[in-house]
Amino acid sequence: MDLWERLGSWPVLRQLTGEDRTGRAAAVKSARSASLTARTATADRVVKSVCPYCAVGCAQNVYVDDEKVVQIEGDPDSPVSRGRLCPKGAASLQLTTGSGRVHTVLHRPPYAREWREIDLDTAMDMVADRVIATRRRTWEWESDGRRTARTMGIAALGGATLDNEENYLIKKLLTALGVVQIENQARVCHSSTVVGLGTSFGRGGATTFMQDLQHSDCVIIEGSNFAEAHPVGFQWVMEAKARGAVVIHVDPRFTRTSALADLHVPIRAGTDVAFLGAIINHVLANELYFREYVAHYTNAATIVGEDYRDTEDLDGLFSGFNPETRHYDVETWQYEGMSVVAAAGERDEEYDRRTGGGSSVRSAGRSEMHGGAGMPMRGTPLRDETMRHPRCVLQILKRHYARYTPEMVERVCGIPRDLFAEVCRHLTENSGPERTASFVYAVGWTQHSDGSQFIRAASILQLLLGNIGRPGGGIQALRGHASIQGSSDIPTLFNLLPGYIPMPHAHQHETLDEFVQADSPQKGYWAQMRAYTVSLLKAWWGPSARPDNDFRFDYLPRLTGSHSTYDTVMAQLDGTCKGYLLLGENPAVGSANAKMQRLAMANLDWLVVRDFRLIESATWWKDGPETETGELRTEDVATEVFFFPAAAHTEKDGSFTNTNRLVQWHHQAVGPPGDARSDLWFMYHLGRIIREKLAGSADPMDAPILDLTWDYPTEGRIAEPVAEAVLAEINGWNADGEPLSGYTELKDDGSTSCGCWIYCGVYADGVNQAARRRSAEEQDWIAAEWAWAWPANRRLLYNRASARPDGRPWSERKRLVWWDEDAGKWTGHDVPDFEPGKRPDYRPPEDAIGVEALAGTDPFIMQADGKGWLFAPAGVIDGPLPTHYEPQDSPVPNALYGRQRNPARMVYPHEHNRYHPSAGEPGASVYPYVVTTYRLTEQFTAGGMSRNTPYLAELQPEMFCEVSPELAAERGLEHGGWATIITARNAIEARVLVTQRMAPLRADGRVVHMIGLPFHWGPNGLSAGDAANELSSIILDPNSHIQEVKALSADIRPGRRPRGPALPELVRAYRRRAGITERTGTEV
Amino acid sequence: MDDTDELGTGGLGTGGARRRSHGPLEDPATAGGYGDHPRRVGFFTDTSVCIGCKACEVACKEWNAIPDDGLAFTGMSYDNTVGLGANTWRHVAFVEQPRRLGRQQAGLVTMDVPAETAAQARAREPRSLGMPAPGPPDGQVGTARDMDFRWLMASDVCKHCTEAACLDVCPTGSLFRTEFGTVVVQEDICNGCGYCVPACPYGVLGKRENDGRIWKCTLCYDRLGVGQEPACAKSCPTDSIQFGELDELRERASRRLGQLREAGVGSARLYGHDPRDGVGGTGAFFLLLDEPEVYGLPPDPVVTTRDLPSMWRHVAVAATALLAGVAAVAAWKERV
Repeated sequence: MDLWERLGSWPVLRQLTGEDRTGRAAAVKSARSASLTARTATADRVVKSVCPYCAVGCAQNVYVDDEKVVQIEGDPDSPVSRGRLCPKGAASLQLTTGSGRVHTVLHRPPYAREWREIDLDTAMDMVADRVIATRRRTWEWESDGRRTARTMGIAALGGATLDNEENYLIKKLLTALGVVQIENQARVCHSSTVVGLGTSFGRGGATTFMQDLQHSDCVIIEGSNFAEAHPVGFQWVMEAKARGAVVIHVDPRFTRTSALADLHVPIRAGTDVAFLGAIINHVLANELYFREYVAHYTNAATIVGEDYRDTEDLDGLFSGFNPETRHYDVETWQYEGMSVVAAAGERDEEYDRRTGGGSSVRSAGRSEMHGGAGMPMRGTPLRDETMRHPRCVLQILKRHYARYTPEMVERVCGIPRDLFAEVCRHLTENSGPERTASFVYAVGWTQHSDGSQFIRAASILQLLLGNIGRPGGGIQALRGHASIQGSSDIPTLFNLLPGYIPMPHAHQHETLDEFVQADSPQKGYWAQMRAYTVSLLKAWWGPSARPDNDFRFDYLPRLTGSHSTYDTVMAQLDGTCKGYLLLGENPAVGSANAKMQRLAMANLDWLVVRDFRLIESATWWKDGPETETGELRTEDVATEVFFFPAAAHTEKDGSFTNTNRLVQWHHQAVGPPGDARSDLWFMYHLGRIIREKLAGSADPMDAPILDLTWDYPTEGRIAEPVAEAVLAEINGWNADGEPLSGYTELKDDGSTSCGCWIYCGVYADGVNQAARRRSAEEQDWIAAEWAWAWPANRRLLYNRASARPDGRPWSERKRLVWWDEDAGKWTGHDVPDFEPGKRPDYRPPEDAIGVEALAGTDPFIMQADGKGWLFAPAGVIDGPLPTHYEPQDSPVPNALYGRQRNPARMVYPHEHNRYHPSAGEPGASVYPYVVTTYRLTEQFTAGGMSRNTPYLAELQPEMFCEVSPELAAERGLEHGGWATIITARNAIEARVLVTQRMAPLRADGRVVHMIGLPFHWGPNGLSAGDAANELSSIILDPNSHIQEVKALSADIRPGRRPRGPALPELVRAYRRRAGITERTGTEV
Repeated sequence: MDDTDELGTGGLGTGGARRRSHGPLEDPATAGGYGDHPRRVGFFTDTSVCIGCKACEVACKEWNAIPDDGLAFTGMSYDNTVGLGANTWRHVAFVEQPRRLGRQQAGLVTMDVPAETAAQARAREPRSLGMPAPGPPDGQVGTARDMDFRWLMASDVCKHCTEAACLDVCPTGSLFRTEFGTVVVQEDICNGCGYCVPACPYGVLGKRENDGRIWKCTLCYDRLGVGQEPACAKSCPTDSIQFGELDELRERASRRLGQLREAGVGSARLYGHDPRDGVGGTGAFFLLLDEPEVYGLPPDPVVTTRDLPSMWRHVAVAATALLAGVAAVAAWKERV
């Protein structure tokens, strides 16, 4: 800059010579201001990505400059998020590049007081050695005389935060190693969704997609805090509202969702079945159901067998209950004229007889197989098309729900009758040919000891109102991890193989043929199960899988009952399970009965934790709550712990499946820092090292791992496996190695290979369909060319039901898919969820099997009868119809039946898992208040991705409890002060937020106070606090093994909790006062 | 024009009716010496659709690399960042109100809503949200539905005033008016004197403790330069924060207000949109559902330098008088 220029830039001169005479604008603009530019404009490249937090699946643009991520913001092209992000998504830059992450591998030898750093290769080698050794030591060829070919010594937990490809490798490698205890967050979040929606409609995913909410005329949000937990998805509710929809929020608390709703309906936590049951009763009693839809598309006209007895007859029990085993024999629930060959079916009976009562198939979570498809059935059921037969489903439904009256709603739920009537009015007025209503739920429904039935209740209601398969209708399940849907589809779950094929059970299925025969229905798309299974075995064992060796079906380890994450905890406590891999999950905070989770880990030989930072599950041995109370001493803890830093979503390629089955690819922006690696890298190289170490072994237990196809290409300095190669394997190929374009191409003769049949087509034509990003503005509202949704890129499931039986739309306003007579095929805005050329008037011949057996009016093509199930003759093992039971721990008696709790729930009596007396039992008043747990917008799940992210931590910096002014007065709680909350499991402290948003409710003649507890906190991180899960117990829904954490009982008192040994003493004193024994709360 | 006045949006061209203390105000950029400049831009924050998610707070911090601000549980509903300051340039207020709900009509103005459905929406009766009374007057515990309740949320930000006192008092030229009509602190100029802090009628500016300088919202000046919208507006999940040319935003806000009023939301009003107000209208203005005080906003903000010119005139008169006196004395002395 020469002298003149420099002089000319002098502000005083500019002020005197320019227009800005007051020197407040142009004249004083500094050199820096003049040269400012946005780093988003100067970045070297923009990488397309997807938000790693919840399952809305917001698209992100990742800006990279000089090989560093400099900014992450929303991608406006996305039809789902339209460029918007919530605070968590907006904090992605800090999450991935901030100081919260650990970059080195850490090792804690047994009994050591501190971590030591070790190098990555050494650590990988050590882990491989431990896996091999533990597997050898705990290998089990047989259990109870039946072949199992597995190890119960190793377990894995986590996957919902990871990519589909990573889940695929986890499941593939561990299964080949004989590990069956493979679980992820889906178990504790939405496993009951898979059961509830799967048995009702045929697939266990949300029936609709986010953008379609805008077409709804009435949105009922219940069991979800939509605006807080899924803020960007909530924009579509706002769109619906702008178009005139009524928005109703049914929730125990007045939340940020209620604040934007037209109507907030406070409900006592855990009573939703009573509420929904009463709406069903209202709809039936007043003939408000969509008659033509119900008659043709549901099983309302189907006649149930003579031996069926309802809860009306047996005071809260269905027929077939065995109080000894707590199991139902589902035989009597079946249709007249049709024997249900359920996944369990006769073989279950056989197992019962042979084992003397341990009905292990039922407890093995077989119901979740409905994630991909409906229950298998054979024969032809009798129907009465007039729906008047006393044993037809509609009449059974009427009788079952007759006692669910508005008076009962008032008594059970605490909802006044006029408010209830208003909900009924809005819902029914907005359902029918011209209008549709949608339900939105999340874990407020799933996490109960009868959680599957909550979702079943909504499914029944939506079927009666004709709201399934139609625009603006449906049931929207909001899931909470980036790929929790994907980790259910490509499951890191013990009871499933990819695509919801059930894991084979010991002795249930000796051969592939028996397995397929037992589980495969004759009708619907499940009839092709053999093709799906053989193609999967080909994907895993390649050339080694041949027809003459049953495609290596015997390489699959077998189940013998429930091996869910909570059973794993028990197995760790009793010393059966010795090695544990935590892959992005933090059970020491996030799972029920957090203390038992930690005590179980303290009993392990080795533990591997892969995460961004030192989460509580990695450090409990040195600074966990039990070291404070003296229950654990670091120098006595033998567990060897490895910590591996994980790569962030910006540091790897891969796909997430969002809450609406939309598979979206995210591209790597930069390489991972330090020792951080993707889980794809970890699993691939762990498998590679193990295979190298075992090479040449003639031990038959090593054959599955040595024969495994494990030759993925790697690239770059760190030899990262190519994620797209894994996706290609998931998609599958034909005998010539050409990518398949859809699951209808799959063969059962071994000529096709496919890692997950429902994802077949995601790599059609060799193109990564999940990476498609055609801007929303260039497409219609369906946006079919944005990413790829399973199945077959359909966005709105069961959309055949959007047309009348004759194929014409129900109305112009709700037109979606219809029969085009001229073209002779189904057409419309969405991909028809139906055989394209099957005429509406097609009727199957008597002996038809498979897809041919479905009529042109059967919209639920995965169901063996093609119908939506109002009544579930099989598949839901605690009852064919949802029935109100009180939560396990409840201060209120069951006003509807003599049974207090779900008779078929799974109880886990243990000294650290005691249950409370319920209303009417001595000692119940010791825990007089209802606790409900929940998420906040500003934090994420167990806190691993938010409590150490400063921009998020500061927004909700401390654990708090929310109480009403009345409860605060009753217990002397001070706003802003501290409270101690106590259950029979543990006690925690929390800051007190007194708010009128917490409403006391009147239930069964008494005032019920509720305590609200966010569950995000734990002792580590910038923002620390006690975990709400210290209070919850392990008590499970029998269908899905999900824990009940949305409604329990507790006491609350002012002040901080005791420290040291005084804390467990306080908990014991409460137990003594309540008279709690090992039998308390375990009654049938 | 009458209609909009009735709705309280004010006219845009009537600023001349009031005597200005300084500057032609409808076009502050031109007044600032920017010959050919872009149209004035700003924020319209529609609090009736705010879900209180705080995405704006975080997006702002990420873009501007603002330090985190401490971990204090305040007990002020869900607000733990308390207010605007050097390290909080967007702030979401939470107001819990045990009072009758004037029905929130939370529509998005950008939607093409069919007339029939919009009419249906408007025809719905305002209704109770069914929340408990603050205290049991009769000693009995109140339960749900004893009274009404609403939870207001609003994202606050620097107002980018037409008449900005901070800018008037800045002695270094650090605060300046940009070509977009916004008001920005230049971090390479600011010496931390802090004159601007008390000058702001809204309490927006703050001094960063470990740095000594003054910081506030720049309306993402760097992004505006490359045609990108500010980070907060971009992230906002429900479009509660809308960015755009001020004229257009004012029209949009006026339509939105009309919609809400027609829907029976009597408590809805605009704040900061009126060029005739005490700060000449703001570049960032709001649709509120209650009195501004409820949200912690001054009800009638006035540019704190309003009286400066008259003060200077008085000073000048006094000085002249003094000088005259001195001269008279000198002249008198000369004579004696």
